[in-house]
Amino acid sequence: MIEARDVSVSIGHNRIVSEANLAARPGEVTAIVGPNGSGKTTLLKAICGDLPYTGSVAINGRDVARTKPWELSTLRAVLPQATSLSFPFTVREIVRLGTLGGRTGALAGEDDRLPERALAAVDLEGFAGRFYQELSGGEQQRVQLARVLCQVWAPVLAGEPRYLLLDEPVSSLDIRHQIAIMEIARSFADRGGGVVAILHDLNLTAMFADNVLVMHRGRAAANGAPQEVLSDDVLEEVFGCALRVGLAPRGVPFVLPQSVFA
Amino acid sequence: MAMEAVPAAGDIVSGRGAGDRSGRARLVIALLGALLAIIAVFSLATGASDASAWGVIVDLVRGEAADSALSQRDRIIVYDIRLPRIAMGMLIGAALAVSGAVMQGLFRNPLADPGIVGVASGSGLGAIATIVLGPTLLAPFVMVLGTYALPVAAFIGGLATTLVLYRVATRRGQTSIATMLLAGIALGALAAALGGLLIFIADDRQLRDLTFWQLGSLAGATWTKILAAGPIVGAALLASPFLARGLNALALGEASARHLGVPVQRLKHVAIVTVAAATGASVAVSGGIGFVGIVVPHLLRLAIGPDHRYLLPAAALLGASLLLLADAVSRTIVAPAELPIGIVTAIVGGPFFLWVLLRQRGIVDL
Repeated sequence: MIEARDVSVSIGHNRIVSEANLAARPGEVTAIVGPNGSGKTTLLKAICGDLPYTGSVAINGRDVARTKPWELSTLRAVLPQATSLSFPFTVREIVRLGTLGGRTGALAGEDDRLPERALAAVDLEGFAGRFYQELSGGEQQRVQLARVLCQVWAPVLAGEPRYLLLDEPVSSLDIRHQIAIMEIARSFADRGGGVVAILHDLNLTAMFADNVLVMHRGRAAANGAPQEVLSDDVLEEVFGCALRVGLAPRGVPFVLPQSVFA
Repeated sequence: MAMEAVPAAGDIVSGRGAGDRSGRARLVIALLGALLAIIAVFSLATGASDASAWGVIVDLVRGEAADSALSQRDRIIVYDIRLPRIAMGMLIGAALAVSGAVMQGLFRNPLADPGIVGVASGSGLGAIATIVLGPTLLAPFVMVLGTYALPVAAFIGGLATTLVLYRVATRRGQTSIATMLLAGIALGALAAALGGLLIFIADDRQLRDLTFWQLGSLAGATWTKILAAGPIVGAALLASPFLARGLNALALGEASARHLGVPVQRLKHVAIVTVAAATGASVAVSGGIGFVGIVVPHLLRLAIGPDHRYLLPAAALLGASLLLLADAVSRTIVAPAELPIGIVTAIVGGPFFLWVLLRQRGIVDL
């Protein structure tokens, strides 16, 4: 489990995150939602160990601040919002970087073919020989996801669950690939791993998340199952617009932006 | 952020193992090794004396055998003049190219080069200070270190410059290319000014030493100098392969490299020391030789890609080859006089650098 307790982050004199709590359990997709500037990415960076914070963050019981980079890299992989490169790497060379730590969890001898398999998973078969810099933003994002998948190819390694931390994984993708990528996250969780994803799309959140943390002005405004958290009151308070939440078949909430006119 | 121009894709785009350039890279490294051997033998056999290539090889293989193919005079020329000069050329060429490649990897920027961003000037300042202040202010330093004083001082100067440059140009794990280049100009100018101040107070004998040093020639290569600079360059070259995987990950940015398990702080420290050591030692023995550090890695990235596991050894081999060629040109083109080798590399490298800039002007955000 990834457990963040009373995490606060200040950058300069500004307190970006205040006493946020998050529990991301293996087997679940945990979504972090909230308006721009509400501290979602900052909280995720604290969980990754990228920013100094007060409070505590632990992955499978290990304190993030006191664990070495190589050990953390065997427990979790992180997808950044966007990655630009200055050197002409091929797509395969980028994806292969995911195997750098050597703890992919793939079967012996499978590591060599892992980049191709990861690329196939993100629907980029045949892109291995292309230059990363020549791809569109959405394709680059999927290449990075393939790299991240290589790093924790097995969701559970030596009995320990591993985690995907995704910062806006579907932000520049078309609708088909948004769903495809969320299904990859879902399947990773179903096979015993854990997923923490920052999402902007409330409908994708409702469809795929088991657990939703709503951030508002650096604080956790609500936390729970999508059906509990995605309510008219919470959305109005957090996003400041009068949205009406509907219920789709199978009890999945949905939000139409048109509802503000109702 | 600057983008390296993308080479024509060609054969790596399609087919099995697409995008995997490691096979090609190994082949290129083998060819470069062979090229270096050929150029070294060729350099050993060319010059004012007419010792033939074959005679030299036979003599080298046989050692001190009695029926030597070389005359006594030729032996002295080969063993005491050409051989140290070639060893020095290979050492310096490899050092310049590898320090360029490591620095570009560290700054995630194909335009970073110790000569361009002021590191070589900082090393130069260290060298000038040793020559001018050696008998007075720095006497204890020179006394303790002996022949190592010059390369060590140049190393310290380069290290200080690199550290300041990195501090100024990098904020929160992101390196700004514009800040780096501008800070490099400022640091280079400052080092040059301080160097000028020292030259101003230098006496006649020191001025002559300085002039010879500044011309950037391999002509003064002796076994003593090689023993002084060799260990420093050697250590830097040996350290560089251990940086390769980390530098590959660093291409994604500091945070992503750390997420992949790379100890980024340690990587940066080792890379900075490596760059400063290689630059400092080469500046100390041969003055300023520009552009090798930018031309060689750039050409190799076009040929085998930016994977540092192959780029670094290939850069060492190609840098050594190119510097030997430049040295051969410098000592034959105006024979019996010699052109400073720095002039030769600048005449070729300057236009090349401009060409690189022009090709990627559209995507460099300066």
